Amino acid sequence: MALSRSIATFGKYCIFISRVFTVPDRWREFGRRTINEVTKLGVDSIPLVIIISLFIGAVIAIQMQLNIASPLIPAYSVGLATRDIVLLEFSNSILCLILAGKVGSNIASEIGTMRVTEQIDALDIMGVNSANYLVLPKIVAFVLFMPVLVVLCIGTSIFGGYMVAVVTDMITVSRFVYGLQALFQEWYVWYGIIKSFFFAFIIASVASFFGYYVKGGALEVGAASTKGVVTSSILILLFDVLLTKLLLQ
Amino acid sequence: MIEVKNVTKSFEDKTVLFDVSATFYTGKTNLIIGQSGSGKTVLMKSLVGLLRPEKGEILFDGRDIINMTNKEIKDLRKEIGMLFQGSALFDSETVLGNVMFPLKMFTNMSIAEQRDRAMFCIERVNLKGAENKYPSEISGGMQKRAAIARAISLNPKYLFCDEPNSGLDPKTSILIDELLSDITHEYGITTVINTHDMNSVLGIGENIIFIYKGHREWVGNMKDIFATTSQALNDFVFATDLFQEVKEYILKNGFTAKGAARQAAQETKKQIKHL
Repeated sequence: MALSRSIATFGKYCIFISRVFTVPDRWREFGRRTINEVTKLGVDSIPLVIIISLFIGAVIAIQMQLNIASPLIPAYSVGLATRDIVLLEFSNSILCLILAGKVGSNIASEIGTMRVTEQIDALDIMGVNSANYLVLPKIVAFVLFMPVLVVLCIGTSIFGGYMVAVVTDMITVSRFVYGLQALFQEWYVWYGIIKSFFFAFIIASVASFFGYYVKGGALEVGAASTKGVVTSSILILLFDVLLTKLLLQ
Repeated sequence: MIEVKNVTKSFEDKTVLFDVSATFYTGKTNLIIGQSGSGKTVLMKSLVGLLRPEKGEILFDGRDIINMTNKEIKDLRKEIGMLFQGSALFDSETVLGNVMFPLKMFTNMSIAEQRDRAMFCIERVNLKGAENKYPSEISGGMQKRAAIARAISLNPKYLFCDEPNSGLDPKTSILIDELLSDITHEYGITTVINTHDMNSVLGIGENIIFIYKGHREWVGNMKDIFATTSQALNDFVFATDLFQEVKEYILKNGFTAKGAARQAAQETKKQIKHL
């Protein structure tokens, strides 16, 4: 029963996506909306990304120092481990899980409210492809802006770890910086950015899907928002495994 | 003119409309009335193409919307204006932005021309001065007027209104009714109004279709309604003591059918003012 319901939902999602990815009625309007969405979904997320990255970067550095302090392990390993954790997992997967909560709930509740207040019906009756008009700018804006957030997250997290070295005497600054530079693999940066494209698409499209098909009132909009966040989080974790296997092996 | 011929609509095993036929005339205010759950909203949604009936024809000046391709429906919708129960204005746009929206999407007008046309519509519905306000900053009646301005911005041939008086006080309801009636006559639009507001029925009902349990029970106008023999219609229209008294007063004083409805509406307005 649950399987057939899941297959039906996936089919509905595919139909929804096929409606979203059509040629916009007005390119100028599409461009204007995309820029607005970049501001709303991307630029407005920057403060959250900076705060979280700064503290998590600092915590990773402290925990690395506390857990791998051993005469057998070189002291610069703290910087190296901090950098690789940030590059491989935190700046993309964990960041996107956090953004699924902020951006996903924002998208689902906005579109859901438009549905229950008949604004989407109004678009349809005017002859506007509502799925394309409302959702495509969100997906395009979020996917395009995600690398900016990932790079910002990488920089801020490493700066957080660096501040631990500067402020405390747990590790010397020179050894931490040496660790950051040691055995660096550029592919790890690309790997994080490639993963983030997939995750951004999942967050924007899944949240939009649940918001678009809301029926009822405020209670259902809230429920759709929760469903959107939970489903996109699960899909992010699933794709994290698949992409890691495909890109790193 | 819109002709509905033998339309039947079901949801799973429940039939909501049974073989309904009706005609909505150009340049007249056509009302669909009926109790909650009678099927009038389903009929309205079928008319605008949001629902597809299993059987029957819905002809927009001879063009059957049920058998149209998506492209044809999209083209037809450019001739349709719709006023929703909750106004359905876009929250993120000002009143001016809302009225300019259809012009922006479906015309090649310059921004200045769009603005001029939108301002004309805003002034037509007496909303001048509110064009830069957001929907959340204006009253329910003003939202309805803004939605009417948006609906008429593309000069539609057909105007659909779902419960236009819902949530409004009696005075504002009458203003909205008069505005819809004036616009219908001024521009020669086929206006279809879904309502259960008795002031609207007696005030602007030039062609009334009464839906009862999914069937078209009665067709007439605001004059004929006093002489109806339909028990269901009588129970619906004259359900309150106030309207019952108005009916008895009119019948007792020997009014002819002509003008009786207008008289009744005026009496009703007076009585409402005293309440």
